[in-house]
Amino acid sequence: MEKLDLAELGLRAVNRRLQGREGAEETAFEVTGLKGEHAVAAGLMSPISVTLKGHVGYYCAGMNKQAEIVIEGNAGVGLAENMMSGTVRVKGDASQSAGATAHGGLLVIDGNASARCGISMKGVDIVVKGSVGHNSAFMAQAGRLVICGDADDGLGDSIYEARIYLKGEARGLGADCVEKEMRAEHLEELAGLLAAAGSDADPKDFRRYGSARQLYNFKVDNVDAY
Amino acid sequence: MCGIAGLYLKNPERYGELGRLFCPMLEEMSDRGPDSAGFAVYRGAEEAAAKITLYDPDPAFDWQALAEAMSADMGVPVSVERLSTHAVLHAKADPAEMRAWLERRDPPLRIMSAGRSLEIFKEIGLPRDVLERFGAAQMSGSHAIGHTRMATESAVTTQGAHPFNTGDDLCLVHNGSLSNHHKVGDWLTRQAGIVFQTENDSEVAAGYLTWRLREGASIAEALEAALSDLDGFYTFAVGTKDGFAVLRDPIACKPAVLAETDDWVAMASEYRSLAGLPGVEKAKVWEPKPATVYSWGAA
Amino acid sequence: MSHDHPTLRESSLFDRATIHEIQRAASEGIYKIRGFGAKRALPHFDDLIFLGASVSRYPLEGYRERCGTDVLLGTRHASKPLKLDIPVTIAGMSFGSLSANAKEALGRGASEVGSSTTTGDGGMTDEERGHSKTLVYQYLPSRYGMNPDDLRRADAIEVVIGQGAKPGGGGMLLGQKISDRVAEMRTLPKNIDQRSACRHPDWTGPDDLEIKIRELREITDWEKPIYVKVGATRTYYDTMLAVKAGADVIVVDGMQGGTGATQECFIEHVGIPTLAAVRLATEALQELGLHRKGVQLIVSGGIRSGADVAKAIALGADAVSIGTAALIALGDNRPDLAEEYAKLGTAPGFYEDWQAGNDPAGITTQNPELARRLDPVKAGHRLANYLRVLTLEAQTLARACGKSHLHNLEPEDLQALTLEAAAMAKVPLAGTDWIPGLR
Repeated sequence: MEKLDLAELGLRAVNRRLQGREGAEETAFEVTGLKGEHAVAAGLMSPISVTLKGHVGYYCAGMNKQAEIVIEGNAGVGLAENMMSGTVRVKGDASQSAGATAHGGLLVIDGNASARCGISMKGVDIVVKGSVGHNSAFMAQAGRLVICGDADDGLGDSIYEARIYLKGEARGLGADCVEKEMRAEHLEELAGLLAAAGSDADPKDFRRYGSARQLYNFKVDNVDAY
Repeated sequence: MCGIAGLYLKNPERYGELGRLFCPMLEEMSDRGPDSAGFAVYRGAEEAAAKITLYDPDPAFDWQALAEAMSADMGVPVSVERLSTHAVLHAKADPAEMRAWLERRDPPLRIMSAGRSLEIFKEIGLPRDVLERFGAAQMSGSHAIGHTRMATESAVTTQGAHPFNTGDDLCLVHNGSLSNHHKVGDWLTRQAGIVFQTENDSEVAAGYLTWRLREGASIAEALEAALSDLDGFYTFAVGTKDGFAVLRDPIACKPAVLAETDDWVAMASEYRSLAGLPGVEKAKVWEPKPATVYSWGAA
Repeated sequence: MSHDHPTLRESSLFDRATIHEIQRAASEGIYKIRGFGAKRALPHFDDLIFLGASVSRYPLEGYRERCGTDVLLGTRHASKPLKLDIPVTIAGMSFGSLSANAKEALGRGASEVGSSTTTGDGGMTDEERGHSKTLVYQYLPSRYGMNPDDLRRADAIEVVIGQGAKPGGGGMLLGQKISDRVAEMRTLPKNIDQRSACRHPDWTGPDDLEIKIRELREITDWEKPIYVKVGATRTYYDTMLAVKAGADVIVVDGMQGGTGATQECFIEHVGIPTLAAVRLATEALQELGLHRKGVQLIVSGGIRSGADVAKAIALGADAVSIGTAALIALGDNRPDLAEEYAKLGTAPGFYEDWQAGNDPAGITTQNPELARRLDPVKAGHRLANYLRVLTLEAQTLARACGKSHLHNLEPEDLQALTLEAAAMAKVPLAGTDWIPGLR
């Protein structure tokens, strides 16, 4: 395992090393001296494991491919935005737009996620062990968002084909988001996601939400929703 | 468009540390606003004297002569304390009367703040340099609110820097961009007699709150009303003589984080700004919900 | 006044088009969505003229004396700036809005003359990457198809905040054009009416944009030029802020800029004309001391001729972009398709229903039968020819003004024919030294 001190090396050098652009091949890294720096471990492209010892700023693990990244602290805006594959886990809380537009991989938030968690998600799986802020899964296109706590207003607003599993209460559902039947395949899918995230929550305690598909085409009857 | 940081000390035993704790918070927000910086500090409310903070770019400006002239006209002793380009006038008088006297002066002086405990300092330049210039780290007091600015639609000047003060002891910093401030500002100017010194949207927000407070609202009520009267994207941090409040617009795009312990409440645009505060690892940390007023103290 | 009925008087307020739109709105209950750009008359480059050389200044010889046209883009922070042979690039238009053949043709045409083309709201296709020597990858609010591999195989990245046809609005693609392939690339259900976001999902405002640009640079190893594209509105401030946020290149799209599908009220009523925008953006760069050195300005929105190109450059642009004109060069609104246009209730020269997906020219469609009609090799060559003409025309005008490089054109080489143009472009009314509002 290789140790990198960001405060000493600077962001450029740390990211170049983690992206495999510099130095000998190495599969495990530990980064210290983070101090809320932005774009830490962004653009990683190989199956390495990275532990970030502290708080990170915006866009940590942005566009991640294959890497397994653990943040031992809180994460700022846009955690794992546009992630393609791999795993990102934050042990603290995540700020707004966690997992935004992410196409794949698994994002686990041990604490709470703030507003717009999973906005425009395109295939990623997100498991939040705490609660999520308003407009989570806004315009979510594909993938699964699992919320073990509660969801604030506007959950799943204008959602497409993503699925939401919610254990607690939704303060309000967004336009075109409705509760749907929890069938056997959903219980099984959810059990797999909870296990992957290391949660012992019981799938039977969750409800499923998705798109009513009423806003998919422009219609005069929908005018209030636009 | 900018960075915000605010620190409200709940425990008076910590008042001596205000500047030391607050300065690193604001410096962390330098990237968000490299054009100018400013901060408000609330201190010495118990002295019951009025304070006016003034600005003049001329380092040789004769503040003593100004104090003497004011003293002669108002019939009370006026003392003066110079800090870099700013000066604070103290007098046992009504801050509004002092303000009015200064507004009558020709040419007019730039009034940064007026009240009984509020002092506002702002300058062009990097936050670190601005804080150092005013000796902010050594300041004690109950609360401080600061701002680092990336100018959007108004000029990079000391005038355009935050915080804004339009009524006694009220100050506001803002991250975001209002979309109806011309209309609101015009109404406040014509119908409520609020005097604005800049074209800045944030000053309109400060003026709006001043008007509401003058009409008898609490700061929490004033902010509640702001939700329907001010349009656009905003995160506001507001200070009053003995209170502190935070509000985000109903869509809440601009970032904001709050943290609270038994000793203090802190707010900033990014968590990194709070990460160095004593006891933050055990603090309650959360992001303020949209359209929800958070307030402490007598706010 | 009608030619068929000389005694009938048409209202200029309620003309036939207006009456028709009211009737359509009443029957359909939804706003009109169409393609193309603004159709109303606007102050434009036509309202400016060049002051060719005569006695006080000396012209260059047309075929013998060089007039440079090359342009470097992204010299501020990128380790690999772009070098284009001509200052006319192809604007972002999505696969989805356009057929794959049309995208390929744009790439072929631009590459043939040493220029660049741009992806759009829908991701990068292999055809497009393969046939474009220089490809700019758009980073849009929707992030359809966005991935780090395409980001790294692009030659530049364009962060799109808005476009001239609809500043403040998001993308739109109607169900008829969401084919299997388009749906898959965008991770959307087939045949839905797609409305993409008008704001980016993970940042708002210049302070956050600064952080976003830094992330994109970290992911691409600080190699690629980063453009920021805005629809022209508060252009002076937007340019200032994009530069403060770290952009290498500013792209300003005036209100004449086209679109594949947008509400007509947006197309005709939002934004400022290109003529005004180019000057505001230039002033912002001058104020920052970065004009013509450090940050480049690309201007688009209604560029049709070499005269437009030369005038935009004279007013401060480093390069221009074309969209609508490029589609016309590929074969849009062709007269030989008159019969087919008639079946759609329109005619060559009027076709604007790019949103509908049944383009007889095979350009703005996802219908495989129609798309097959466009030969990407031939269409690409037509585009290359057109780009050559734009360049030759611009050079001709520049030489006449005594310039050995297009970039040496300046506002003082221009005068205005109308008060509006003089005020917007800030050049004197022809024959006077009067610039309304300035002196």
